[in-house]
Amino acid sequence: MLELVILALVVLGFIGFLTARRRVVAMAAESGVHSHSLPAYHGTFVALWVGLPALLLALAWLLLQDSVIDYLILAGLPEHITAGLDDARRSLVISEIRSIANGQVFGDPRPELVAAAARLKTWGSLAGWAMVATCAALGLLGLLLTRQRVHPDFRARHGVERILDVLMIACAVVAIVTTLGIVASLLFEAFRFFERIPLGEFLFGLNWEPQIAIRADQVAGHGAFGAVPVFLGTLLVAFIAMTFAVPVGLLAAIYLAQYSGPRLRTTVKPLLEILAGIPTVVYGFFAVLTVAPAMRAFGAAIGLDVAPNSALAAGGVMGIMIIPFISSLSDDALNAVPRSLRDGSYAMGATKAETIRQVLLPAALPGIMGGVLLALSRAIGETMIVVMAAGLIAKMTVNPLDSVTTVTVQIVTLLIGDTEFDNPKTLAAFALGLVLFLTTLGLNVIALRIVQKYREKYD
Amino acid sequence: MASRDISETHDWFSDSARLHIKRRHAADRRLRLYGIGAIGLAIGLLAVLLGSLILSGHSAFVQTMVPLEIYVDPDAVEPDNVGGGNYRKLVRDAFQDLMPGEMSRTKQRAYLDMLSSGAPFMLRDRVVSNPSLIGQTVSISVPFADPIDQFHKGITPRDVPEAQRRVSDLQIGYYDQLLERGLISAPFNWTLFTAADSRFPEMAGLAGALVGSFYALLVCFLISFPVGIAAAIYLEEFARKNRWSDLIEVNINNLAAVPSVVFGLLGLAVFIGFFGLPRSAPLVGGMVLSLMTLPTIIIATRAALKAVPPSIREAAFGIGASRHQVVMHHVLPLAMPGILTGTIIGLAQALGETAPLLLIGMNAFITSAPGGLTDPATALPTQIFIWADSPERGFVARTSAAILVLIGFLIIMNAIAIFLRQKLERKW
Repeated sequence: MLELVILALVVLGFIGFLTARRRVVAMAAESGVHSHSLPAYHGTFVALWVGLPALLLALAWLLLQDSVIDYLILAGLPEHITAGLDDARRSLVISEIRSIANGQVFGDPRPELVAAAARLKTWGSLAGWAMVATCAALGLLGLLLTRQRVHPDFRARHGVERILDVLMIACAVVAIVTTLGIVASLLFEAFRFFERIPLGEFLFGLNWEPQIAIRADQVAGHGAFGAVPVFLGTLLVAFIAMTFAVPVGLLAAIYLAQYSGPRLRTTVKPLLEILAGIPTVVYGFFAVLTVAPAMRAFGAAIGLDVAPNSALAAGGVMGIMIIPFISSLSDDALNAVPRSLRDGSYAMGATKAETIRQVLLPAALPGIMGGVLLALSRAIGETMIVVMAAGLIAKMTVNPLDSVTTVTVQIVTLLIGDTEFDNPKTLAAFALGLVLFLTTLGLNVIALRIVQKYREKYD
Repeated sequence: MASRDISETHDWFSDSARLHIKRRHAADRRLRLYGIGAIGLAIGLLAVLLGSLILSGHSAFVQTMVPLEIYVDPDAVEPDNVGGGNYRKLVRDAFQDLMPGEMSRTKQRAYLDMLSSGAPFMLRDRVVSNPSLIGQTVSISVPFADPIDQFHKGITPRDVPEAQRRVSDLQIGYYDQLLERGLISAPFNWTLFTAADSRFPEMAGLAGALVGSFYALLVCFLISFPVGIAAAIYLEEFARKNRWSDLIEVNINNLAAVPSVVFGLLGLAVFIGFFGLPRSAPLVGGMVLSLMTLPTIIIATRAALKAVPPSIREAAFGIGASRHQVVMHHVLPLAMPGILTGTIIGLAQALGETAPLLLIGMNAFITSAPGGLTDPATALPTQIFIWADSPERGFVARTSAAILVLIGFLIIMNAIAIFLRQKLERKW
């Protein structure tokens, strides 16, 4: 149906554009004055007023149509079907009616539901055609109203530019709306979670067993939502990644900034950036396919018992992914140190190593710290590597050879295959998401502060 | 005077001073070696990563097949119910005919298990698309089952005890006979690109994931490209520096650093939960990806707009263009190559993004390519995730092959971006 609306609006808009342009040219010629705006601006002005309001209406219509029809269908059902049902049951009834309407009939549906499905079908197509008609009418209205304003004195260019201004501001505000959407959805669902599980238990509890029995006869835990083991696992994996990535990335940056010639630099830098461009799901598979078995075999050879999904394997592979962040940010920081400091040190007879250790590193330290914090927030928020290579069970351990779980792993496993928003298990994912969002946001803000402060010092 | 004092008290050529200098130079060389070691380690790990993927993935680009001559018996396939015929029996009989002589039931079962369970569907699809084949003999190459495929490729070794491999000695005997008669071939595995997902590794392909990824990227492009450019133009060319524009800028920078899984939570709660859009749909996937791509495009567009020299703007203003006309007619076209470069890089990132797609359900098991934006679908990275989780041995090679395909696409997209940057971007 949307295609039809767009087609109608394009045709109407095109007609509006052509007639308005012709009209203003004719009017200008008749009265012998110059038109304020170019004829094309008159045409564009009309076309925009034809297309935009009707298109917005169509999108809003499409977003609301299903909910409205669902509500009407539910209201139209006989009393004995809907009586005493909670929201979840109601949505089940609706989805049954929908699948009947789509021709997927399982078993023997109740005749009331079949009738409702028939109604749903008619109303659906009715609503679709109503949308086309309303939008076309709105477009036509826009055409007729704006056409009257076409006149050589009318400042059509200003009108068009004002519409464009509004459109551009709307696009720029999308960034704010997205942030608000993230915060609102996380807060809303997390709030519902904390209504059931106290905040104190979530933040300080030592036991994490989110698998709750949905039916009475299921074998599952009773549900414990103390997230400390999850936080601990996240920190352990991130710590392993950082202990691997920081020295390697920093040394690589030092070599590239101080020792290497320009040719080596131009070949090595892109190669390191490839590491940052590889999708994380690839790293995850690499951890499972190569790194974890190799570590297990190595551990067995020296008499250590390494878990198949050890924190070491996940953290190590995450470290590989982090290397380019550290190296490129440290490289920038080292290069931002004024040449005079470096030259002064050389002039005193210091070797390159001494210059680096005693002049460059202290001067670049804020920048490097900022880079390390950004990389840390990356490591904490990284999902696919740990989903594939780390464990599922939360343990209170800091043993890198053991299997631990992380915040992101829990978010993904709690939400995969589950759509109901009304049990603590799925809501817990949003509470974890909120913690993750706030942590990474905090780290980024601190990192940017540090970097900016440092920049001001030397610019 | 001071220097003279020092040179008098300090002998630069004494043994201890030489030793000191030697030590300082040694420290310098050490740091240099550490640096080379770090770079070597990083690049070596990249090589190991790619090498292990190629090593395990290359075998999935060929598929072990056997040619069969199948007489499509009108008794087994009725012309008015072509799809419902007994193709399993036809394929099994044809395969049985390759091995003349009587077989016991156990042997027969072991022999027939060598053939892929998906082979009858291949025959069915062929006959359904061309019903005139009923009553004729069809030449068709069908795949072997996964264990035989692995055995033929040498992934399953021959010289281990029978209990440790999934191919029995009996089957190896039949395999050797077929091989000797030249009936086993391993042509290029087109199934990998033409079929959608399947429970059987030998029948599974990436077509569904490729189409799903294409739709998701299309939606992502259609939203993030215009919105990103408009937002960047507003911030760079029109917005006054005030609290609002600062707020927008801080937001954009923060969005670029939000973990991708959080965008998945947003998509799940808002697009699916609140607006009621369908789960697993490329439409929702594309919308979530577009929010993640937006900061990249905005930042690239602003850089490209900044790079257009002021003389262009001043010349346009000088001949009486309005602010909008300057930007739309002169600055934006000149900044376009830079914007396109940034967009392609943003889309390449979106193509590899997995976590948000998992949360909105694009990891479902779907055996046909999506027909539209709202059909359930998988994407290339989520397909990799699904296959990596599958227990069948054959999916290991296929996961690596899928990763190689994904990396191939990323290389192509980045190569286009680099080409655009070098050929079209003007140096002022």
